[in-house]
Amino acid sequence: MNPIKTLASTALATTLAAGLSTSALAAAGDPVKIGVMLPFSGIYAQLGEAGRDGLRLALKQRVDQLHGAEIEFVELDTEAKPSRAPELASSLLNQHKADFVIGPVHSGVAMGMIKMLRGKDTIMIIPNAGSAAATGPLCSPNVFRTSFSSWQPSYPMGKVALDKGYKKVYAISWNYGMGRESLDAFAESFEAGGGEIVEKVLLPFPSTNFQSHVSDIADEQPDAVFTFFAGGGAIKFAKDYDAMGLRGKIPLLGSGFLTEGTLEAQGPAAEGIMTGLHYAEQLDIPENHEFREAFNTEYGHYPDIYAVQGYDAGQAIADTIDQLEGDISDKQAVISTMEKLTIDSPRGAFTFSRAHNPIQNIYLREVKDGVNVVQTVAAQALEDPARGCKI
Amino acid sequence: MSTELFFVQLINGIQYGLLLFLIASGLTLVFGVMGILNLAHGSMYMVGAYLVWYFVAVTGSFTASALLSAAIALGLGILIERLLIQRLYNRNHLDQVLLTIGMIFVFNSLQSILWGNDPYGVAVPEALSGSVPFTDNSSYPVYRIFAALICIAIAVALYFVVSKTRLGMLIRAGESNREMVEALGVNIKSLYTIVFAIGVMLAAVSGIIAAPMRSIVPGMGESVLITCFVVVVIGGMGSIKGAFVGALMVGIISTFATVLMPTLSNMIIYIFMILVLLVKPQGLFAK
Repeated sequence: MNPIKTLASTALATTLAAGLSTSALAAAGDPVKIGVMLPFSGIYAQLGEAGRDGLRLALKQRVDQLHGAEIEFVELDTEAKPSRAPELASSLLNQHKADFVIGPVHSGVAMGMIKMLRGKDTIMIIPNAGSAAATGPLCSPNVFRTSFSSWQPSYPMGKVALDKGYKKVYAISWNYGMGRESLDAFAESFEAGGGEIVEKVLLPFPSTNFQSHVSDIADEQPDAVFTFFAGGGAIKFAKDYDAMGLRGKIPLLGSGFLTEGTLEAQGPAAEGIMTGLHYAEQLDIPENHEFREAFNTEYGHYPDIYAVQGYDAGQAIADTIDQLEGDISDKQAVISTMEKLTIDSPRGAFTFSRAHNPIQNIYLREVKDGVNVVQTVAAQALEDPARGCKI
Repeated sequence: MSTELFFVQLINGIQYGLLLFLIASGLTLVFGVMGILNLAHGSMYMVGAYLVWYFVAVTGSFTASALLSAAIALGLGILIERLLIQRLYNRNHLDQVLLTIGMIFVFNSLQSILWGNDPYGVAVPEALSGSVPFTDNSSYPVYRIFAALICIAIAVALYFVVSKTRLGMLIRAGESNREMVEALGVNIKSLYTIVFAIGVMLAAVSGIIAAPMRSIVPGMGESVLITCFVVVVIGGMGSIKGAFVGALMVGIISTFATVLMPTLSNMIIYIFMILVLLVKPQGLFAK
């Protein structure tokens, strides 16, 4: 229904080129092409826009470090439809000859893009999709991720649950990649420490008919509940849980997306929910404060986690161009430079694992007065096990 | 499953079924009684939910917002009927499908432009925000009981109007023979405008009632549309009673299916529909 939005924005490129230096003359002529494959319409449009805004902000802030290299963006709307991914990725690769491809939000789209881009010269940076496969069995030298793997936010929560003395946990999510992988990651650390998953429920995606399961939880009386839900499902689950009178009686734990971008809609129903995530808007470190203010100045609203992940993709590109002094023609050099980067992220500095997934802190947050308040670092510099990755 | 849990789930099922009836009632009226295939019915449900969310955010009063949203939906219904639907009464169902699918896209885009793509929620109105103790471990929210009562009231009113009043008789007569009713001196044009607008308003009202219980997200209309068609088909075209029984059956069956076999739960109601159609090809209460 939506025509492909191709917005080659040369306007920004011109501004970037304004700061000419001597080395710029050498690089001039061949702009750095960044293909952006994010959803700008459909259910994930908000996430796509946030990622794009973060990306552009990073490259704008770091003009001076680009050694005069011009940046040209080509933006394609994925509509979060996996079926469109190979075609769009192929056009960025063959027609636009992009140096970098940033995308996507949705894990299904990621699979389609990786199929096209794996092993090619174009560097792919994933600013959200958490599918384990992307930095697992399908990992590739030219594929990087600045977000998370599905395993990372959930694995530390098993230990958190044990530390709080919960022995029997009811686990519930949607029956799709992210849902299954999140519950498995939680069970991995929870069961290893002697905990027991009394019930594991996988609902068809994107069903939000939770009422009967919330009744089931009330009847079962576990020590705690662990979930992965996001967006509209996260709002509905928290509200149903609260409406049945379970909030405050049976603690609700989850992968961080349960309370990301949903707190206002969840209202008081979210109070007390404990989640693990690699970021929190209130994270008290200078990088985060600076980033939040800069983003607000640029766009007139404060950034969310998706903007952070896009911003870090932009930082990775800028740092790489800087270290290679503006010459990115040798893709092997680009890859080996990126692998060694330390990204000064608003979430705290991170490095890339051998499978190119961030090695990062996972924070334990608890909702208090409508805000995700950081309690502790649930896992310090956590590295995804990258099962099945052969590089 | 303990007896206690069984009853809790039964209540959940009935409550879900009643809400389904409310959404499907407008469809029964428009699709079943008037014979118009309105695929944008789900969009009207979405419009109701978004409108009430928006007005609650502006005014802070749920009651005022609900009434205002319902009135806007009624006006929207009249407008859509006059401008678009009216041209298609004598065309076949495929033309109606084409138009109303187009309307789905238009309403989805309007929603995205006007209100963005963030998920929203409406707080339960203060007076109905409590819950009553139900079993030892759980309580049942007052708002859900209130919603169920509203659904029952609308069901009774609708049944009475369509089957017992002169207006209902005219609507039914118009469905079976439009020209004859016109020849008898009835202004069937305005009659159909009113009925269609009421159908739109019922969809919007269900969106309004559901708003505090559900999350308000893009695409929420499409997800209820199919279930509503299942309800109408099981109950039998054009039968308010059928839609009521069908909705309760679908509500209860899908609630128990979700608990007993979560992975297959989406399939169960369609299997149930197939079984009903095998035994009664016209639906349970078809005339």
